[in-house]
Amino acid sequence: MKIVIVGSGRVGSVLAEAYDADGHNVVVLDVSTRAFDRLPGEFRGTAIRGDGTDEDTLRRAGAGDADVFLALTEGDNRNIMAAQLATEKLGIAKVVAKINDPVRAAAYAELGIATMCRTTMQADAISDFIGLGALGVPGVIAPTGSHHGGVDHAPLAASVVAGPAGQGA
Amino acid sequence: MFVLVVGGGKVGYYLAKELIESGHEVVVMEKDRARADQIADEIGSIVVAHDGCEGKYLGQAGCARANIVAAVTGDDEDNLVICQMAKHHFDVPRTIARVNNPKNEDLFRHLGVDEIISPTRMILGAIEQDIPVHELLHLAALGEGELEIIEAHLQSGSPAIGRAVGDISMPQGCSLFAVVRDGIATPLRPDMTLKVGDKVIAIGPSECEALLHEQLIGGDSEAVSAR
Repeated sequence: MKIVIVGSGRVGSVLAEAYDADGHNVVVLDVSTRAFDRLPGEFRGTAIRGDGTDEDTLRRAGAGDADVFLALTEGDNRNIMAAQLATEKLGIAKVVAKINDPVRAAAYAELGIATMCRTTMQADAISDFIGLGALGVPGVIAPTGSHHGGVDHAPLAASVVAGPAGQGA
Repeated sequence: MFVLVVGGGKVGYYLAKELIESGHEVVVMEKDRARADQIADEIGSIVVAHDGCEGKYLGQAGCARANIVAAVTGDDEDNLVICQMAKHHFDVPRTIARVNNPKNEDLFRHLGVDEIISPTRMILGAIEQDIPVHELLHLAALGEGELEIIEAHLQSGSPAIGRAVGDISMPQGCSLFAVVRDGIATPLRPDMTLKVGDKVIAIGPSECEALLHEQLIGGDSEAVSAR
């Protein structure tokens, strides 16, 4: 599979390393080349310095025919915009955005992108561990709607709403 | 009219000021506390010192009853999220986003932002107006660059004005295939008469440019002979 990862932070680099080791075609983007220090020496994928919210940059990086797109920068809004670009303009089928604000994470799942919220995931795990019961928050919130709402208008690219994304690779 | 302005930079500041002067109700959201205080000192206590991208604070600023939300921060991604939250979460009837990267315009429009203001595009437009339009404009190179698509903007001095397309002698391998008139593109037919202001689109080998120039632009060339 061709997997594009925007943001070579802790999560991004761990996934890049794992998917690369599994033999997938991995492309990592980050605005800082220093972030690529997190990638192992034997990483065979592509690391590109560039802005993942810029359509030209994404296309040049080869995201046009990616199967999976993960927006994992430190900025919620950057992830949201990158994920929407990937879904709407590039037509990528499986897109996940990391959104640490729970309100936005829920809101954007309703607007059609799979979102993952570190805040609720950690709160849930802690609560479960100390025996106060899990909060019942899902790991990745699968998209339930689309940004079109009830309005009928065609997507820019042949847009495919991502299916429920599992947590495993 | 109640307008919620998100982003207290120069644009947000002057926007709020003008709106208040014309009698509208305005709230400005600015996440930088020092900047928020400064705006409040200058134009009154209409500032909410919180991040307008967060749903919770948008609600506190009165987003649910806003007639218009104007997202004018310096970051496109923030402006997009503000407008989408306003639209989908608070049912704001009209959202306006400032966009820096002109390439983002159609994405924003597609995602439901009602009005898109691109300072970059406006400045670009102003600059392009100053570029002489009587020259040939290269639109695209085809193949290995041996063929080009060229646009000619017909001015009053052009030898092609008032002539039928079929009467214009074209260099070998070169053809005129479309005209843009009043913003509408039409395929060219041999009996069509060209007018001032027409943009004629031609395709041909790049070495034909001088001849095309003679036929469609005229002027300095001695070969206005076609008349």
